[in-house]
Amino acid sequence: MDLATLLPFLVNVIVGGLVLGAVYAIIALGYTMVYGVLQLINFAHSEVFITGAVVGFEVFRVLKDSPLDGYLKLLIALLAAMLISGALNVVIERLAYRPLRNAPKLVPLITAIGVSLILQDVLRVIEGFQGRFDLTYTLPGAFTTKFCAAASSCAPVGTFLRNIGIDLQLKDVVLLIVSGISLAVLNYLVNHTRLGTAIRAVAQDRVTAGLMGIDSNRMIAATFAIGGALGGISGVLFGMKFGTVNAYSGFDPGIVAFTAAVLGGIGSIPGAVLGGLTLGVIQNLIGVTNVLGSVVGSANLGAIDASYQRIGAFIVLVLILIFKPTGLLGKSNVEKV
Amino acid sequence: MTATLTKAPPRDPVQPDRTWLLLIFFVITSAVILISHNGEMLPRLGSLGTLLKKPIVEAFMVSLFLANILFAYLWRAAPWAKLLVGIGSLIFVLPFAGKEDASLLDLSISIMIFAALALGLNIVVGLAGLLDLGYIAFFAVGAYTWGIVASPRLGEVLKYYGGHAGAAATPTLAFGVVLLLIGGALFTYLRRPGNTSRTDSTSFLQAGALVVAAFLAMLAGRAIFTQGDTRWSMPVIWLGVIILLLPLLAMGIQRLRGHNVLGGLHNYKQFLTGLLAVMGVILVVRSIVVMNALKADGLATGINPGFFWLFLALSIMAAATVGVLIGLPVLKLKGDYLAIITLGLGEVIRVLANNLGLYTGGSQGINGIKSAPVPWFDKLAGLVGFTDDQFYLVFLYFVVIAMIGIILTVNIRLDKSRIGRAWIAIRDDEIAAQAMGVPLMQTKLIAFATGASFAGVMGMIFAAKQQFIDPTSFILTQSIGVLSMVILGGMGSFPGVILGATVVTLLNLRILPGLGEQAANVSWIPQQVNPGQLQRLIFGVILVTMMLLRPEGLLPSRRRTLELHHEGNQEDDSGHGSGGGLNAGPVEVLSPGLAPAAEGERSGGAK
Repeated sequence: MDLATLLPFLVNVIVGGLVLGAVYAIIALGYTMVYGVLQLINFAHSEVFITGAVVGFEVFRVLKDSPLDGYLKLLIALLAAMLISGALNVVIERLAYRPLRNAPKLVPLITAIGVSLILQDVLRVIEGFQGRFDLTYTLPGAFTTKFCAAASSCAPVGTFLRNIGIDLQLKDVVLLIVSGISLAVLNYLVNHTRLGTAIRAVAQDRVTAGLMGIDSNRMIAATFAIGGALGGISGVLFGMKFGTVNAYSGFDPGIVAFTAAVLGGIGSIPGAVLGGLTLGVIQNLIGVTNVLGSVVGSANLGAIDASYQRIGAFIVLVLILIFKPTGLLGKSNVEKV
Repeated sequence: MTATLTKAPPRDPVQPDRTWLLLIFFVITSAVILISHNGEMLPRLGSLGTLLKKPIVEAFMVSLFLANILFAYLWRAAPWAKLLVGIGSLIFVLPFAGKEDASLLDLSISIMIFAALALGLNIVVGLAGLLDLGYIAFFAVGAYTWGIVASPRLGEVLKYYGGHAGAAATPTLAFGVVLLLIGGALFTYLRRPGNTSRTDSTSFLQAGALVVAAFLAMLAGRAIFTQGDTRWSMPVIWLGVIILLLPLLAMGIQRLRGHNVLGGLHNYKQFLTGLLAVMGVILVVRSIVVMNALKADGLATGINPGFFWLFLALSIMAAATVGVLIGLPVLKLKGDYLAIITLGLGEVIRVLANNLGLYTGGSQGINGIKSAPVPWFDKLAGLVGFTDDQFYLVFLYFVVIAMIGIILTVNIRLDKSRIGRAWIAIRDDEIAAQAMGVPLMQTKLIAFATGASFAGVMGMIFAAKQQFIDPTSFILTQSIGVLSMVILGGMGSFPGVILGATVVTLLNLRILPGLGEQAANVSWIPQQVNPGQLQRLIFGVILVTMMLLRPEGLLPSRRRTLELHHEGNQEDDSGHGSGGGLNAGPVEVLSPGLAPAAEGERSGGAK
């Protein structure tokens, strides 16, 4: 590969990374919201989000032969996933975390790991009853076609993308739009509504918020509901992006998304988005390091292949936590003695 | 067994003397276990024999038998009876039952391996309060250390290096030694107490530059590996130049921006010198391997297994070193962050095991790992009636018993020592501990390294027992399994974690598969909910219910119990916001006056 073909290739890799990063960003928001309020790493979030993916799969499967429009199907899938994941997250909070509100920090963390293990097997059993393990998304046909395949129907933006050689499927574009909308809605919800104000108050100081007449338990439940709904959305998007999910496939993206949340500064919503996008791009770049190696003429780069993608997130995480524990956009938290 | 265990008997002083009960129980269970594992006697018992043969019944019997040891520990009985039961079951009954059924020996070794792992993790989590979710990585280090040298892998590695010798070995060796010496000397010089300037934060720029430097260093290391007969290629030279220039560049930029330059650069200096030393080590090892490549055929089945004992020490050192290496950068962090980062590093080690095919065999794993030959012991075992293929199991059984003994002693001694007190101080309040003069980093590192070394030595025994290792034995689920052992038994309590390890391993290896087999025959139980397949669910339920109902574990250390029942009241900083009712929670109020009484208690539950 020479430089002339390398540039469009790199641009595509980066754009693909951004699409991937958008999914990570929405997952990361689920972590960051819960962490912001409870200072708890909700390990079970990766399963909550896979539950959303499973719900999305079921919706697409049931609606496969219906004459509904593809976008309507997607909307139904998203709403169903949001509802079920949100409810699941609230139930988890009520049963597993609320009784431990005052326990030492280690205790709810271990509970979260336990809940995550339970959910994995429950999901597997539920799907196993239908004889399924790997759930392959059957998307409406239009989604898998190239974005702007026919030049005549292209908007100016699409034509521009096509001209500079960016190769996207329609589902990638849909995915970016959906995550953008979710972000905007979340931003409005948190920053411009009474509910959001109350949640932020609880996150800042639970006792004082209680004195001001805010029911912190309800606000925490609301946070979990929002986090779960975001998990549901990201689950469906994840399923669309990767095509196949199973009960155990939440771990990897969950960890990456958590890394993204930490990278951006955990508890910070724009931080989670920034972190998600960054990690998506980094992962995609690690995936093609061997291609880059062949361009530079170094066999050493070729040894790093896609199987190292997993490590990428961890190494980034280690470096961040060592050098900037508060993340890119996080505020430093001074410990009081 | 679980039913008897879930209610740990209250240890009140008026407990009746149960010496005879203990002995009777011991005799009965021993007889049952000896009979039920005797292939000749079972058929003669008719229907009782077939019943005893069922896996679930057998698992139940084994559990009851192992409960002996627990009862010997818990019940008030004459010391001679306790000793008799303990030694009798471990040294005599179990091996003899195992003579007829090697899987029982295998199971006992597994239980003890996991008990040792749990004891190690207990130091890290229970005593020092550092939640380590990547603990199994140290186990992997030990296993691969022995696995690579004591199997045909070694021959293949040597052959590869014979074929890719690169530059002449002797100059490389000399160069490596020089690099190592210079790097090591500079590193020690820089880390001298007077020389470490303290800066609280490293700027983002530095971090970025270090990322790049680390990446480039990795490439350079890779370059040294693949440096064939060719000379240094141009890209590699450029990389070296860039690596050396980066800190200068960063310094220049910083100076322009007016930051504290020298303090911030300190990390670079240490990093670069450390890098130098590491490259020296790599070169030395590489040249040694190349020099020995000619012996590849002679070592086609691994080294002389007589080196077992040497490697027992080496695996401890290797795991402890990895523990320190992992610990150094991450132990600054606390709680959740530490958990997630150790989880990540554990995964890194697993991915490396999967990808470094030359050394680890990748996902195929390593086959034909040998165990130590001990002729006199084999002869002895042969006299008692063990068959040839069981010798290594019996040998490992006794090795592992000895190891557990040593580890337990070390644990108890450490717990009562200054280090142990420092760990607990750090766990309870890091800042207060630091204020009282406990060196945080050093103490945490010792905890990490100690825990890791236990895991390392057990990893080696595991490799020798299995004769085969692959990355699937070292996944995150295993780490969580060990963690659940510690939690189930009771964090900080040595008998507790051993009990936890026993229960979880029995569940994993015997009870659940037994139940699964039983359930497979029952028509109305669908295969999907077969308990043999629900291990994650069951562990999850154990973790959650234990945390909700009995966070101190089955056999808690007394201090820990007091803590967990106190903290809720002492540091109740969460407003139960329902209409400002701050004290709405139905919390049991204990007198704070209990706290001073707790201070005098030593944790660990050694007694």
